Amino acid sequence: MTGSVGEIEAPGIPPVPAGVAPDAVRGRSPWYLAWVRLRRNRVALGFGVLFILIVLVCLAAPLWADHVAHTGPDANHITDKVLIDGQEEYVVSPDGTPIGPGLHGRYLLGADQNGRDVMVRLLYGGRTSIFIGVAAALVTTVLAVLVGLLCGYYRGWIDAILSRIMDVVWAFPVLLLGIALGTTLALGGLKIGGLVISGDSVWIPIMIIGLVYVPYMARPIRGEILALREKEFVEAAVAQGKGPIRIMVSELLPNVVSTIIVFFTLNIANNMLLESSLSFLGAGVRPPSASWGTMIADGYQNIYTAPHLTIVPGAMIVLTVLALNVFGDGLRDALDPRAKIRLEH
Amino acid sequence: MLRFAVRRLFGMAAVLFAISVIVFLIFNVIPNSDPAQRIAGKNANPELIARVRADLGLDQSIVTQYLTMMKQIFTGTLTSYASSQNVGEQIWKGLPATLSLCIGAAVLWMALAVVFGYLSAVHAGKFTDRTLTILALVGISVPVFWLAAILLYYLSFKAQIFPTSSYVPLTKNPGQWAYHLVLPWITLAVLFVGFYSRVLRSNMLDVMNEDYVRTARAKGISERQIRIKHVLRNSMIPIITLFGLDFGAVVGGGAILTETVFNINGVGLYAGQAIGSLDLPPLMGVTMFGAFFIVLFNTVVDVLYAFLDPRIRLGEAAPA
Repeated sequence: MTGSVGEIEAPGIPPVPAGVAPDAVRGRSPWYLAWVRLRRNRVALGFGVLFILIVLVCLAAPLWADHVAHTGPDANHITDKVLIDGQEEYVVSPDGTPIGPGLHGRYLLGADQNGRDVMVRLLYGGRTSIFIGVAAALVTTVLAVLVGLLCGYYRGWIDAILSRIMDVVWAFPVLLLGIALGTTLALGGLKIGGLVISGDSVWIPIMIIGLVYVPYMARPIRGEILALREKEFVEAAVAQGKGPIRIMVSELLPNVVSTIIVFFTLNIANNMLLESSLSFLGAGVRPPSASWGTMIADGYQNIYTAPHLTIVPGAMIVLTVLALNVFGDGLRDALDPRAKIRLEH
Repeated sequence: MLRFAVRRLFGMAAVLFAISVIVFLIFNVIPNSDPAQRIAGKNANPELIARVRADLGLDQSIVTQYLTMMKQIFTGTLTSYASSQNVGEQIWKGLPATLSLCIGAAVLWMALAVVFGYLSAVHAGKFTDRTLTILALVGISVPVFWLAAILLYYLSFKAQIFPTSSYVPLTKNPGQWAYHLVLPWITLAVLFVGFYSRVLRSNMLDVMNEDYVRTARAKGISERQIRIKHVLRNSMIPIITLFGLDFGAVVGGGAILTETVFNINGVGLYAGQAIGSLDLPPLMGVTMFGAFFIVLFNTVVDVLYAFLDPRIRLGEAAPA
């Protein structure tokens, strides 16, 4: 033994047997075990990487716009001509049909009815769509964790009041609530105290989408906290004199982190779908700003003459949301193989 | 049982009341959504706006306005600001189309979800399961309106297999009714097939480990019978709960996108048009109608759940 006389040794740590590298008996945290399980799930991991790639490509939008397409996402080129196979052609032909996708350099994915470069719009639109998805998921997560912790820890009248509010939001037809808020807020913007959000800001769809999904996440967290609250470690924390806030933050919260992570991932996917629906109905992102939803809404008007305007942004939504769903699914299996998490639309 | 039902009814009424207040506030408190100004037009003079306001009763206190609107809902005299049509009649007119769409889609999604979920669970981990899992995840990742647009473009416009839609009443021509609804049914069902088959699969895998399944096997019952009579049946209880909630939500506004793209004159399309003109009364009417369905099915499911599963005691809160 290395400890000097008089020093108290830490109890409970058995000596490492001879011949075994100390590393081999290293304690394995639940996170490490989850990572090992996730690593085995190649499909989920692959889709996780795909999502990160999509994000990176969209973040690189200005590079494509400046160096390849030489145009911005909102710049019209209705009267411009472009060189295709040695021939000059109108970007938007006189009968209103824009050029389709093809390897003609500038308009890789063709142009839309305003002569805007679809590839550039797609990249910038992806930034908006993904940003709204992630930001709204953050709003939902913060609110849902707060509500879940308060309801589950305090129970009683706090739980009663917050749960009834959740019930009301739950019973609201999601799309109708989103549309009603989206259309009215877009007219006048939002002023809460000193905070002013203008009507065409992306923060309006973010706040709406973030609010709408709170009950779907808060309910399961509340349920978990209710069960955890009865455990001995909470009793021990109370006995140590810890206050409610410290118990919630440092004792209860770490125990629901895996649920939160899984929900957060799947929530981004759902948010992106809701954003596209709201934008399609004209209650989400305001034109001329591009998001994948507004691009479909624009393109759908001309689906019979220029189907690529509808197909391309929709395919990007499917790919991104699918990547998140598959990755989230794998994450859930890895973090908590017995969990039953439900997210709905 | 009676006490439980009465309590649920009171809860329902309270939730509906809260929703009506919220919708009302959304349209009355948020700045720049003054309906009188919108109806009078952009270049209206103050007198015209004042007259419109007086006509619609918008010069009264907000509480009076709210009470008037509620009274109109209950007496069926609520009329649209924009078109002066009776809201109740319009919803009633749209109901057959919406119900045709939703019931047909619901039958389709339940049938497919049970088949896919069953196959997935029985062949868990094998090729069938993996394929169905990927398909299910694709299903829940597709925006409904985009799927509708793509189906319309490829199957109706290009291949001309299906009509470029619009709704034909069942009473007029049952054949055409179904023919025109095939694509909308598929569109609306896809999301739920993906979702339900996943839930059913995981439920079945759980139930397969139950003691009573082992007992049944020990009694020598055939594997097929065990799967259907013991495993599938017990796994269906949570699915029925989900179904109740989702069906309520779909009837109550969830079909708005499908109706919009396929141009089906249902309740959803009516709401969509009201939104375009920011017309409060129809939106209030449709939202209340939708919320009513959601809350109603919530309650029905709670009661049914208690009925199906005797382990749930009625005095306690129903499970989420």
